[in-house]
Amino acid sequence: MNGGDRDDAEPVGGDVSAAGRVWALLRPRAGRGQLLACALCLLLGFAVAAQVTSNRADTTFGSARQDELVGILSDVTERSDRLRADIRELEDTKARLERDGRGAAALEEARRRATAYGILAGTLPATGPGIELLIDDPGGRVRASVLLDTVQELRDAGAEVIQVNDVRAGVDSYFLDAPGRRGIDMDGTRLTPPYLLLVIGDPHTLATALNIPGGVLKTLRNAGANGLITQREKVAVRAVRS
Amino acid sequence: MIPLIGLVIGVGLGLMLQPTVPLWLEPYLPIAIVAALDAMFGGLRARLDGIFDERVFVVSFLGNAIVAALIVFLGDQLGVGSQLSTGVVVVLGIRIFSNVAAIRRKLFRA
Repeated sequence: MNGGDRDDAEPVGGDVSAAGRVWALLRPRAGRGQLLACALCLLLGFAVAAQVTSNRADTTFGSARQDELVGILSDVTERSDRLRADIRELEDTKARLERDGRGAAALEEARRRATAYGILAGTLPATGPGIELLIDDPGGRVRASVLLDTVQELRDAGAEVIQVNDVRAGVDSYFLDAPGRRGIDMDGTRLTPPYLLLVIGDPHTLATALNIPGGVLKTLRNAGANGLITQREKVAVRAVRS
Repeated sequence: MIPLIGLVIGVGLGLMLQPTVPLWLEPYLPIAIVAALDAMFGGLRARLDGIFDERVFVVSFLGNAIVAALIVFLGDQLGVGSQLSTGVVVVLGIRIFSNVAAIRRKLFRA
């Protein structure tokens, strides 16, 4: 194992002090091997400095890998496409508004907007593609927090309209555990299991969001309830908020 | 001592010349550096144990760096580059820690 300069390889330590041992370690020793090690350490130091400076120079994209860059690029492209579509739509609206003097288009536009806001606020019934989520809870184990998580998860996944049993969910909806484990109060109405959630949004995205590992369905199953998702072409939400 | 001087000179040179890392080397250099650091601490430990051997040091230094870079390169080809480089860094990090612990025990008996 030991090569040329055997005399260099005397064990350091023994009974000398820590300072002595450090000195023995640092004591300069000449030799071809030492110089080679020195060259390698020089190379290492140089590489470290080069890497550190180049790392400091480029901030976000320089160190990203190719697939990450492709992902970022496609995100940006997608976003700009969406924005461009928005621009086109808004310009169409603007042109229509400018063309008619009597305000028919403006009225129509305002109506369209009122409908959209009414649906979002929950004051108008709505139909569209979406899912039905049936939460079967014979043991009364589903607490208000679980139902709230479900609604939030659905909103995150792009749900536009949510109805739980006969109550339409709105921005200020709340869930409360009813006393004695007999259902859940939602916005002042007592809900009793099974809970049927009617959700309008992209069915596939919504179903995926509920199905993710550790997601809503798993939580429900852990709580001893059972969630059943049905994707539908048309979900009719009739409940409205006053 | 001489290798330590080399290290300092290398860092100084790198800071002074401000070299740019070639693009093809960019993903592999950090891994190679970590591998070389591992070899360096390994050498220091061997020196303290009195079994330091220059040939072993040179071979392990170059070998470690090349193998680490190769693993990451292979990972890139297989599409698991980032995961593999994380794995390599973890393994080398553990080795560096154990080497440093041994050095500390030898030097300070603590």
